[in-house]
Amino acid sequence: MSALAEAVPVENPEIAVSVNDVTKIYPGGVEALNDMTIQFPKGELTSLLGPSGCGKTTLLKIIAGLLKPTSGTVTVNGIPVTGPGRERAFVFQDFALMPWASVLRNAAFGLELQGVAKSERHAIAEKYIEAVGLKGYENLYPHELSGGMRQRVGLARALAVNAEVLLMDEPFSAVDEQTRRKFQEDLLQVVADEQKTFIFVTHSIEEAVYVSQSIALLLPRPSRVSEIIRPDIRRDISPDAIRRDPVYLDIVERIWQGLRTYVE
Amino acid sequence: MNIFGIKIPMMASLLIWAVVWEIVGQLELSILLPPFSHIIIRLFEIVPTATFFSAFWITAKCFLIGTGIAIIVGIPVGVLMGRSIVIDRMLLPWVNMFLSAPLTALVPVLMTLFGFGTKTIILTTVLFAVWIIVLDARAGVKNITPSLIEMTKSFQANFWQAFTMVYVWAALPEILAGIRLGCIRSVKGVIIGQLLVSVVGFGRLFELYSANFLMEHMWALLFVLFFFAFLIAEGLGILERKFEYYAASRG
Repeated sequence: MSALAEAVPVENPEIAVSVNDVTKIYPGGVEALNDMTIQFPKGELTSLLGPSGCGKTTLLKIIAGLLKPTSGTVTVNGIPVTGPGRERAFVFQDFALMPWASVLRNAAFGLELQGVAKSERHAIAEKYIEAVGLKGYENLYPHELSGGMRQRVGLARALAVNAEVLLMDEPFSAVDEQTRRKFQEDLLQVVADEQKTFIFVTHSIEEAVYVSQSIALLLPRPSRVSEIIRPDIRRDISPDAIRRDPVYLDIVERIWQGLRTYVE
Repeated sequence: MNIFGIKIPMMASLLIWAVVWEIVGQLELSILLPPFSHIIIRLFEIVPTATFFSAFWITAKCFLIGTGIAIIVGIPVGVLMGRSIVIDRMLLPWVNMFLSAPLTALVPVLMTLFGFGTKTIILTTVLFAVWIIVLDARAGVKNITPSLIEMTKSFQANFWQAFTMVYVWAALPEILAGIRLGCIRSVKGVIIGQLLVSVVGFGRLFELYSANFLMEHMWALLFVLFFFAFLIAEGLGILERKFEYYAASRG
C-alpha cells in the first residue's frame, strides 16, 4: 500500500474560503496566478506548498484583501472579499510588530484599532499571550525578544481579534530551526484549541506535512493547483514519533518527487 | 583623542584657539578683533541687561512659534507625501526648490507683506525650517517596512489611526532627524529675519553695536547665539539617539 492511499478526498466539507478563477497579473505583465480555483475547508489547517514563483504568497494576500485580483473572486463564508476584513487575520513572515510598542500593546493592536476599551483588550491579549507561551513577557519590547518569540506575538495578535480565518505567510521562515520545530508543535495545539480555519503558506515540505490537515500543492509556470493532499498521519502520538512515522516520511518523499522537476 | 598617552577632552582645541585669539587681540591689529578676554567680560556685562533680555525673549518666542508651526505643518505634509504618490508628485518639486533656494532673498518680500515685526520673523523661521522637516518625514514614511503597512491595512486601521498610531511612530527616527535639522535652520531663520528687519530683538542690537563699532559687544552677542544654537542641536541629537534602537530593529 502506497502513501497515496492516505491522500483521500473528503466528501463535502464545509467551505470557509473559496477562491474562484483568480488571475493576478502584476503591473509590468508578470503573471503570478493564472485562473486559480481552490477551496479551503472550515476548521482545518490547509498549507499552500510549492516552489518559489508558484504564487502562494500572492494568493494568500489576495485572500487577505491586501492585493486585488486582476480577475476572479474570493469569498469567505460566501461573502465576496473586497478588502481586509474582521473575519480574517494575517500573520506576517517578518512579524510586522511595532517596535515602539510593548508585547501587550502589539498583541492587542487589532482590538485597539477596532476601538475595544483598554482593559478589555488587554485582558483578551493577555489570554492569547499566555496561549502562545509568552506569559510574563507582556511588558517587553520586540527588540528584546528572539525571532521565535516575536512571531508568537504576531500569532497572539492575529488570534486576539478572533477572526475565523487565519492567514499565515511563511510564519516560521525567519525563525531558527529548533525554535521552528517547537513552534510547529505549539501551532498544532493552537489549531486544535481554536477551531479556526488556517491557511498556511510554506516552502518546507516537512513543515506542511507535519502541521496540515490538507496540503494544496502549487506549481509554477503556469501557476496552478497540481493536487490536494491530505496527510492523514496519526495525531495521537508524540511529535517525535510523528516525524519518524513511515506514513509521514512517505508523504514527504512523494511531494518531493512531485516538486523536484520544478526546482532549479 | 590621545596625545602622548594623555586623554584630551573633545573641546580642548577651543582653548588653544581662545589663546591664539587673545594674543592676536592684544596686538591690536584690527578694531574688528578685540582680545578674547575683553569679549568675555563684555558678555557677562550685557547678558544681565534688560535690553538683552527683551531681545532674547523676542528671539526665543519667534523661534519657538516658528519651529512649532514648521513641525506641525511639516510632519503631516511629509507623511502624506510619503504615502500618496499624487501628493508627492504635486509637492516634491516645490519642497526641493525651497530647500535649496536662497530664502534670505524672500525676507524683504515678507517685510512688505507683513511689516517690520515679529510676524515677518516668525514666517522667515518657518520658511527656513519647514522644508527639511517635510523631506525627512517623507523619507521616514517611505522607509517603513512594507509588512508594517500591510499589517495596518489587514487589521483595518482607518486613515487617522494609520497616521497617528503607525506611520508617524514608524518614521520617528527620520522625523526627529528632520526636527533637529529644522531647528538648526530655524536658528538661522530667526537671526536672519531679525537682522533684515533690524528694528526688533537681536537684529536691533546688532544694528546698534555695528553702527557704533562696538566690536566687543558684537562678538559677545555672537558667542551667546552660537552657544544657544549649539545647545539646541546637541540636545535634539541626544533625543534622536534615544530612538535609534528601533530604526535598527525595523530591518
